[in-house]
Parts: sequence; structure tokens; C-alpha cells
Amino acid sequence: MSSNDNLTTNERVQASAGGYPGLPVAVDPRAEVAARSDAADRAADSAAGRVPLTRRSWFIIGGGALVPAIVLVVWQLVTTLELVPVSQLPSPVMVWDAAIDLIQRGQLGQYTAISTQRVLIGFSIGAVLGLLFGAVVGLSRLGDILLAPSLGAIRAVPSLAWVPLLIIWLKYGEESKITLIAIGAFFPVYTTVSAALRHVDRQLVEAGRAFGLNGARLFTTVQLPAVLPSVVSGLRLALAQAWLFLVAAELLGASMGLGFLLSDSQNNGRLDRIFLAIVLLALLGKLTDSLVGLFERWVNKRWS
Amino acid sequence: MPASVTQCFGSVGTCASASVPLVYPLRSILLRKFRMPPHSAAPVLPGSASAASGSTDAAYSVEFASVGRSFPSERGASRTVLRDVSITVKPGEVLAILGTSGCGKSTLLRIAGGLDSASAGRVLIDGSPVVGFDSRTAVGFQEPRLLPWRSITENVALGLPRGTSKSDGAARVARLIDLVGLGDFAGHRPREISGGMAQRASLARALARNPGVLLLDEPFGALDALTRLKMQDLLLDVHAAAPTTVLLVTHDVDEALQLADRIILLGRQSGVDGSTIAQEVVVPGARPRDRGSAELAELRGRLLDGLGIDRHGQARGVESTTAIPHFPY
Repeated sequence: MSSNDNLTTNERVQASAGGYPGLPVAVDPRAEVAARSDAADRAADSAAGRVPLTRRSWFIIGGGALVPAIVLVVWQLVTTLELVPVSQLPSPVMVWDAAIDLIQRGQLGQYTAISTQRVLIGFSIGAVLGLLFGAVVGLSRLGDILLAPSLGAIRAVPSLAWVPLLIIWLKYGEESKITLIAIGAFFPVYTTVSAALRHVDRQLVEAGRAFGLNGARLFTTVQLPAVLPSVVSGLRLALAQAWLFLVAAELLGASMGLGFLLSDSQNNGRLDRIFLAIVLLALLGKLTDSLVGLFERWVNKRWS
Repeated sequence: MPASVTQCFGSVGTCASASVPLVYPLRSILLRKFRMPPHSAAPVLPGSASAASGSTDAAYSVEFASVGRSFPSERGASRTVLRDVSITVKPGEVLAILGTSGCGKSTLLRIAGGLDSASAGRVLIDGSPVVGFDSRTAVGFQEPRLLPWRSITENVALGLPRGTSKSDGAARVARLIDLVGLGDFAGHRPREISGGMAQRASLARALARNPGVLLLDEPFGALDALTRLKMQDLLLDVHAAAPTTVLLVTHDVDEALQLADRIILLGRQSGVDGSTIAQEVVVPGARPRDRGSAELAELRGRLLDGLGIDRHGQARGVESTTAIPHFPY
């Protein structure tokens, strides 16, 4: 700290001695202040040989894959040693064969695609509505008074409670499933956005108003950027929620999709396919979450 | 002390013209470029505000007429912060508002900018009442209040009046950033610069608005002592280049004496709720003023006394010799 202080003084002396022609006396750019954050990054880069193990990408990826690999090995051992009968626990090879079989029948691709499509459409609808309602409740006191209690009550309804109603109203088509997924995606977005908007720095908002911003311009210039990081973390939660609600919807009334694969395989006793569906849901959920996670990192870097 | 200044204390009314020098030496080429008077023979730079947005460089008068403000408090009672503040600030004048903390000086400033509204009386700018977030004013807040996700340039550009064309706005912003000495940091984010630099950016943002009335709410209060002095000089340069009306709230008596044409001291009478103007002081001498002036030292002592600070002068047997008359004149 003290070395920094010395640096400051030195640079000030240089600055005033060297003189900044045309600039008023008040000028003393403190280059080291701005450089400080960059310097930290550079230090990390230049000393690549001394990057701690937990910061190296091969270690991060390998470490993340370690537990799944161990699980796979143990799973294979348990089944080859027949510690558990294969009727209760199919071997990894059987699950793989089931996957090949379903691919050859053209079903696996179709099921995965239809499930992903439902999640993406339902998630988009739910997220957009969540943003809208979150904005109304978070920005307007009247909106808060009128809407917040009702939405809070609807949020308290367990997801499965909607299924019978949606099936009667919207039949077994796509609408009922997408609606259920949209309900699932709506609430994480709504909750985070409305809460974040209520807590936007009042001083910044006042400064925005003082410089002539209001209405939509104030929202896009000050409030929306201020809550973007929260919005993205809400979206990430909503996406996870969308996959949960997808399975709920497909388990209880579908003729296609990974949830249908689960319920159909339960009826036929095909444990290998049940395992396959579970593994696929895990992979798809993690993949989409990682994509939003990358976006979240970018947003946090850019907007905070 | 020049005789004219001494005489001037005889009456506040006649004094003001002498105490508001309208012509300042322009202290640098850059400042001269920054803004020329409209009638100037010099070519108008592309991007100068008067050419760009049609807004004039006019400084407006500010008139407080019996302004009072009370806030509702618990149990239905109300707490009066200001009462019966009446003062007229002439165009181009720098008025410092002094007072102890909590005396309502910021409230008075916020009322002038339309950030708050008076519960009694009214404020006129250029003869017409202040509206909410009045566009004729620009506020320099106590904190920088910069948008953290925008660069310094983008933050300063936020202050530009609506309808400024893109190229004119960019030129003007670049010039203001140079003026406050942040040229090398234009692309940085607020968190990457020091507090003093952020406060300068905040001042540049207020100036970008080309305001008829510049409202400064303890703008240098959070800065270290040396940076504060430099910022005061910067403000003087800016005011010299573009003599807008400035209302400056401060608790720093020296700052007020250094910058202002006139100082009002807000205070509370015992037994009465709410502050009002307890003293009004016309500061002698043209700016920039000698920071070591004995005359200012006398005024400082008097103002500190008004703020409830013991000046310890008489106690040490120092005799007060001054020609400055006491308020009310």
C-alpha cells in the first residue's frame, strides 16, 4: 500500500513538473489507479508458470469429469460382478445399446428434439412474461399493490396441481405442456426482476431523472442495465425450472419426449431406457445451463 | 482593500454589481475554446453547444420567494426544515449556501432543481416557476453517481441536452473531459478511476448540460483536502469560461469564501422550527482570491461563529481590526 502511495506522489511530481500543456492546474491523472485492475490480470497471465492448479483449465475440466467417471466405473463393476441383478440395475453397456436401438428407430432424436423444443418455447414465453410482470411490479407501486399478492399465491401452487386443469382445458396437445413449462419459467424471472428493480440504487435513478431521463428512456438507460445481472441469474434459474416442469408435463400426458420415454419405459419395465432418459435429461440440462452461464459471465463483466 | 469594495458593503443591493465581475481573464487556450460568448467574432467551433442544440449560454436568475419545506414525521406531526427563505440570485452569480449538517441546505438546492418541491413559497428561474427535474438546471451531486456500466465518456454524454446531434455531442463531451483533466481516462469505467476523478467526471456531466443554473451539492465534500482545492480552482476556470449561475451548497467556509460572490448562512433561531437565512455575506475581491487574505480570515471567523464554532480569537487577546461591517448592514 505504501509503495503505491509513493508511486502516486512521484507521478504527481512528474506530472506537475512535466506539465500538461493546455490543461488546468487541477489535472493529475493517476495512471496507476486505472492500471491497477489490469495489472492484476496481467500478473496472472505473465506468471503462467505459477498459476495455481485450481486455476488451470485442464484441471477444472478434468476435475469436473472425475466424479462421473468414477460413478461409471463403479456402475460397470457392480453390474459385471452381478452384485445387483441386471433386472434392477442395467449395465452402462445396456444403456448404451438402448440408446443405439432408439436412435436406429429414429425415436431418440425425435424425443430429444421435441423435449428441447418444448423447453425452449415454454421458457421463452415464461421468461418474457416474467420480465414484463417483474418490471410492472418492480417499477410501479400500484402494480406492486395490485399484482404482487395474487402472483405470490399462484406461485405457491405446486407444479403438478396445474396438470389436470391444463389437460382438461388444453387437451393433450403441445399447448398444455408449453403452458406448464411457461408457468415454471415465469416465477424465477418474475421474482428476481421485481426484487432487483425495487433495489436499484435510488441515487442513480435520481441522477438519471435530473439529467432529463424518464419513462422508457430512464428504464433502458439506468434501471434495466442495473438489474441485468439479476435478470440473467433469474433466467438461469428459470431454465432449470423449465426442464423440471417439462418432465412433469410429459410424464402425465404425452406421446413423445423424454418424459414420455420415462413413463412408457416404466410401463414396459425397460430400466435401460429409464436410465438413458435420466442421463439425457442431466446432459441437456447441464448443457443449456452452461450456455446461459457463459452469457451470465459476459453480462456480469459488461454490466456491473 | 480597494475603496470601491469597502463602500460596497453599505448596501447589499448596490453592492452586487461590483461583486459580480463579469469579465474574467481566460486562463488557457483550451478554456477559450471551450465556450465563446455568442457575440464573439471568433469562429464558432463545430460542436459548440450554442450552435448544436440552439440552447443559449444564458445564465438565469434564481429567485427564492418565502420558500419553506416541512417533512411529515411519525404520529402525524410534521418537521419543518426550512422556513421563509427569500433571496434573489442574479444571472452569473455564484452563491454559496453554508450551514451545519441537517440545516436544510441540500433541501433548498434540491427544491431549486425540481428534485424536491417546496411546501411553502416558490422558486422562480428566469422568472418562471421551477418544474420537476427542471431542464434549465444541472446538478452536481455529493457523490459522483456515475453509471458503473458506462465509460467516463458515455457517462458525461448523459448530461448532454436532448436533441444534441451525435457529432456535436461527442466533440463537446471530449472537450469537457479534457477540461476536467480526464482525457487519458475517457474510456475507463467509473470503478477503474479514483474518487476525485469520478467527481470530476460528474462535474463534466453537469457542465455538458450547458445549464443556465448549476446546482452543486457539496460536490467536493468527499475529496481529500488537496484535491478539493484543485477542484475549486477548476470550478473557477469553468465559471470563468462560461459564467453560468452557480448555487453551491457546502459546509466548508473556506470553500465558500474562495468561490462565491455571496454567501448565505442558514441557521435556526432558538425556539423556532426550521432554518432560514441567518447571515448574508458579500465576499470582497475578484476571484481567484488569495487564500491567505486577512480580510477573508475575518469573514471566515465570523461565518464560523455563525455556524456555532468558537473562533478563539478574543480569548487569546487578538484584537479584531476590520473595516467589514456586520450583518445586517
